[in-house]
Amino acid sequence: MARIDLANLAHSYSTRPRGDTDYALKTIDLTFKAGGAYALLGPSGCGKTTLLNLMSGLLTPTQGSILFDGVDVTERTSEQRNIAQVFQFPVVYDTMTVYDNLAFPLRNRGVSGEALDSRVRQIADMLGLTASLNQPARRLTADAKQKISLGRGLVRPSVSAMLFDEPLTVIDPQLKWQLRSQLKQLHRQVATTMIYVTHDQTEALTFADTVIVMFDGRIVQIGTPEELFERPNHTFVGYFIGSPGMNVLPAAVEGATAVVAGHSIPLDRQYEKSSAKTEIGIRPEFVHLAENGQGLPVRIKRIDDVGRYKLARVTLGTLPLNVMVGEDARLSGDTGSVQFDRSRLHVYRDGELVDGRA
Amino acid sequence: MDKTVNNRAWFMVVPVLVVMAFNAIIPLMTVVNYSVQESFAGNVFFFEGTKWFEQVLHSERFHASLMRQLIFTGTILAIEIPLGVAIALAMPRKGPWVSVCLVLMALPLLIPWNVVGAIWNIFALPSFGLLGRAINGLGISYNFTRDVGAAWFTLILMDVWHWTSLVVLLAYAGLMAIPDAYYQAAKIDGASRWAVFRFIQLPKMRRVLTIAVLLRLMDSFMIYTEPFVLTGGGPGNATTLLSIDLVKIALGQFDLGPAAAMSLVYFLMVLAMSWVFYTVMTRDEARA
Repeated sequence: MARIDLANLAHSYSTRPRGDTDYALKTIDLTFKAGGAYALLGPSGCGKTTLLNLMSGLLTPTQGSILFDGVDVTERTSEQRNIAQVFQFPVVYDTMTVYDNLAFPLRNRGVSGEALDSRVRQIADMLGLTASLNQPARRLTADAKQKISLGRGLVRPSVSAMLFDEPLTVIDPQLKWQLRSQLKQLHRQVATTMIYVTHDQTEALTFADTVIVMFDGRIVQIGTPEELFERPNHTFVGYFIGSPGMNVLPAAVEGATAVVAGHSIPLDRQYEKSSAKTEIGIRPEFVHLAENGQGLPVRIKRIDDVGRYKLARVTLGTLPLNVMVGEDARLSGDTGSVQFDRSRLHVYRDGELVDGRA
Repeated sequence: MDKTVNNRAWFMVVPVLVVMAFNAIIPLMTVVNYSVQESFAGNVFFFEGTKWFEQVLHSERFHASLMRQLIFTGTILAIEIPLGVAIALAMPRKGPWVSVCLVLMALPLLIPWNVVGAIWNIFALPSFGLLGRAINGLGISYNFTRDVGAAWFTLILMDVWHWTSLVVLLAYAGLMAIPDAYYQAAKIDGASRWAVFRFIQLPKMRRVLTIAVLLRLMDSFMIYTEPFVLTGGGPGNATTLLSIDLVKIALGQFDLGPAAAMSLVYFLMVLAMSWVFYTVMTRDEARA
């Protein structure tokens, strides 16, 4: 278990990077606390796997340094860093049994005899692999193989950190639930620093205490799942987290008023006038739709029943807007009016959240 | 669903039958026919039953050729397979050198077999061949047309030069098919270079290597042109492999009966080996 500090870290896959666009990971400074459960969340190609591979030592960074408990490990190999990593596609050693697969990382480090045996059996028990210990690993299903990969990470008793690179991608949906909760449980049991890369917000939000949202090689926000939901720092976070994501509407903001599609909306706080691209963001959860009432007039295009609630797709002028309405809401016409929950409304300039004056 | 039965459909397979008849069935049956008859000048034949087969199977000459053949095939397999794997492991996995290496590797495979024989014949000549002059220059007496050891050395070197590339290309294809994640996982697991080879690369190459062994085994068992051009089976009978011996009997001595019987025995051996390998490979696939 270790604290991991990333200092001025950046990476480019090109040997002679010219501009900013050549960098898969742009300069970041970040600290992972010892024993924390973190998720790196972002769309494909945002640099999250690059960041993970830099920490595990599979890649050497173009610039910056990586510190484990204050010790610079930038030049050290994966083995010396004592990192465990589980990959997107399950890796098992085909010619070995499940037992030998689990024992492999220990044997490579010179562990043998009773210590090896008891540790392997303990991990197999933890993952529910005891029954298949003597089977050849190649005959197992994808999820059992992924459990073995996981087991090979867990089997070493004192790893600095465990890194997961979208480990549940190839797993069946119903088993995903099971493995996900097992992972969470594991974190409580072994109390190792765990970092989980995913593009699936549900996985990130259920696994992690702290979620790091990445976009285009940068970190756009670090926070608890609640913070990401309630106060997205960036329109990207608002859009990426939540299903559906936050409504982002172009607006003109001055003082305590936003003008959207020709309608004035009062704001809680005061904002300076600016020439930057200005938008307001509001989550579908915090928009109220009524058939005939006060608020902004909208046209109702469609209402989808998505289970616990209904989702209304409406347009304000020409701007599309998602509104969450109760399961029992009755909307018959094709027009209505919406009201925004003022305390949940955020103003963004060039994509970044701006705090107004009270 | 009702099946339509129309016997005229049989006509559709006639072209295939004709082709097969001319290129396989008739020649093979001619050989079978020869193998049970004694022939004399003027196209006179007498039925001899299994006499030629008994003769071939008890012939010391056949045993000697077969033994030479087994030594040759065993030796080239023992060299070409490990060497091919080693070269494939040493080849770059990406970058501009990949295509350079591949082209270089493919070159020997593109040269006609008799040309390979001719090249090596000249290359190894002690009088002016580069290899022959070089070895003799080192103070080692080397003359492949006179000395049995030198003849075998040259023959095996030639085959290794000609065919190791095939093993390299197959092994390389097998290596390239291994996802990066395996190497990354091995690094994380602290595996040594040897462990990576033993537990990742070798198992993943297993299927292509089976094919490589099969191809080299059968091909070397039937090899004719290159040794014929290089040594002509000599000195003496020192490098007379099965196919060379067969041609000597059939065309040199014109003993059609014994040659036909030997052909059939030879054919059955190759067929049996192919069958064994086919079985091994398909069993492997069923398990995987």
